[in-house]
Amino acid sequence: MRETDVMVIGGGPAGLSAAAEAASFGCDVTLVESDLALGGQLIKQTHKFFGSKDERAGTRGFKISELLLEELSGYGNVKTYTNCTATGYYPEDGVVTCVRAEDEYFKIKPKKIVMATGAQERLIPFPNNHLPGVYGAGAVQTLMNVYGVKPGDKVLMVGAGNIGLIVSYQLIQAGVQVAGIVEAMDKVGGYWVHAAKVRRLGVPIYLRHTIVEAIGEQYVTGAVIQEIDERFQPQGERKSLDVDIICMAVGLSPTCELLWQAGCEMVFVPELCGYVAQRDRNMRTSHKDIWVAGDAAGIEEASSAMVEGRIAGVSTARALGRGTHE
Amino acid sequence: MTDKQKLFNSGILTEERPGAVSPPRDLWENKKNGLVIIECPQRIPCNPCHTSCPTGAVVPFDDINDQPQIDYSKCTGCARCVAVCPGLACFVVDLTWGDESRALMKLPYEMLPSPEEGRQVDCLNREGNVVAKGTIVRVTEPMHDKTKVVQVEVPKDLVMDIRAIKVV
Amino acid sequence: MKLIEEHPILDFKHGKRVTFSFDGRQLEGYEGEPIAAALHANGVKVYRETPVRKQPRGFFCAIGKCSSCFMVVDGVPNVRTCITPLKEGMHVETQRGKGVIPAITDKGKR
Repeated sequence: MRETDVMVIGGGPAGLSAAAEAASFGCDVTLVESDLALGGQLIKQTHKFFGSKDERAGTRGFKISELLLEELSGYGNVKTYTNCTATGYYPEDGVVTCVRAEDEYFKIKPKKIVMATGAQERLIPFPNNHLPGVYGAGAVQTLMNVYGVKPGDKVLMVGAGNIGLIVSYQLIQAGVQVAGIVEAMDKVGGYWVHAAKVRRLGVPIYLRHTIVEAIGEQYVTGAVIQEIDERFQPQGERKSLDVDIICMAVGLSPTCELLWQAGCEMVFVPELCGYVAQRDRNMRTSHKDIWVAGDAAGIEEASSAMVEGRIAGVSTARALGRGTHE
Repeated sequence: MTDKQKLFNSGILTEERPGAVSPPRDLWENKKNGLVIIECPQRIPCNPCHTSCPTGAVVPFDDINDQPQIDYSKCTGCARCVAVCPGLACFVVDLTWGDESRALMKLPYEMLPSPEEGRQVDCLNREGNVVAKGTIVRVTEPMHDKTKVVQVEVPKDLVMDIRAIKVV
Repeated sequence: MKLIEEHPILDFKHGKRVTFSFDGRQLEGYEGEPIAAALHANGVKVYRETPVRKQPRGFFCAIGKCSSCFMVVDGVPNVRTCITPLKEGMHVETQRGKGVIPAITDKGKR
């Protein structure tokens, strides 16, 4: 069994930041990441980040990931595992079980844990939403921006929040046509400038519209959209779109199973998109050895995830009596 | 809701708004190298247009959510903000370019095919409709980060409509 | 394969090209990339069939969470193909139903 000062679960913007910060104070850090690569959602982001210089405004997401990994590689006291999922937390002895790939099990006993498990994509109900070709926006980004695979030829984007708008732009960059974006509200939910970027490239945004059906037998061959009224009920003419991908950008839910399992006090906060761990300003949960950071602490975005990760990292180091740099 | 409001809510600028700034005509007409237009009509936490401006033309923000304001006496039309803005919301227009009927626009571009000097392009308005043909005059990459600033000769009377190009 | 040949921002660095089988067909992909991505690049979209309603399922979340892309890989069912790296000579099969867990031999190997 591996023992460690700080275990970080999740190697996205929050986890990498937490690991770097805790390591900078001399803590022995073990980070596990379920994906094949570190960086989380950052590695799929081709757009430049907003904010100020402190949040690396003007730098593309995948570049920010490279910068974080470079920072992390400067510390000799960080061990990272990829393709490794934390499967359980055992409150009686504080052990975390992990599985590498599909069949290599091992245990880690950390003094402190930062849960930076990120988020999961939501789906909305409509007939045939199970068909291959109905993909989460993050999955579409993985295919095209990480592995260079063209997800399809023509896409319907569902949701005009920042993710829906940004991924639409990225699809065009990858040479994929975007047939349109449907948005249930009467205005785009993402930044107006992101909407303007895709509009001027000819992508229609259908406000107060939703997808009512996916067409296809074995996989998606089309989609039907329709206007909705104030009560979100479909009305009027159904419009068929000839698409092979339906990309879902209808929101995220914090990934919080391990926090539940650890017995952390959980609260439902609609603004944070679901159940999240009650935490103090240092990102410490009601469990004295567990911190939370990033989307797992409530859906926000990568810039805030990195700030939360830093705070959690410093705070774990302090709790271990290593709060100041030498 | 009015049609204008609906269009705006989907990302199309339809009229003057705070954060959507264009130069005063008298100064603009004779300003060699052009002046900047910024279309950022929503308060968002973002300030690279200000922090990257080499002449201080984008006035300092009190709060990071503030919308850009321009001191046009300081703008040199250098297009650094065009290259830096994460929202691709800055455009430079030089009305002194070419003959009476032409103008030069400096537009951000992050698509394929690669823009090449001398090539004819489709000029797109805010809704993506082709409104004119333009000619690429020069292509730069000021930040060396793959966002190109494409200088395009366009019809002068369309500088408030054209906001993108399509390389065909 | 449906690969992005040229991209305005990104440069793709693929690993070694390897051969694997999918339901008996020989396909090519890149070593270390997810099986699901390799299949998608080959135009394969259906990865399993549900146990009761026999509906097709494929790629969905790409982060190993949703179970949609479960397949039988080298005889083992319920493999999360979106986060399992491709290797030379792998046998990948469409999973029908719940799959059968292979017996473990004396040596502890399947």
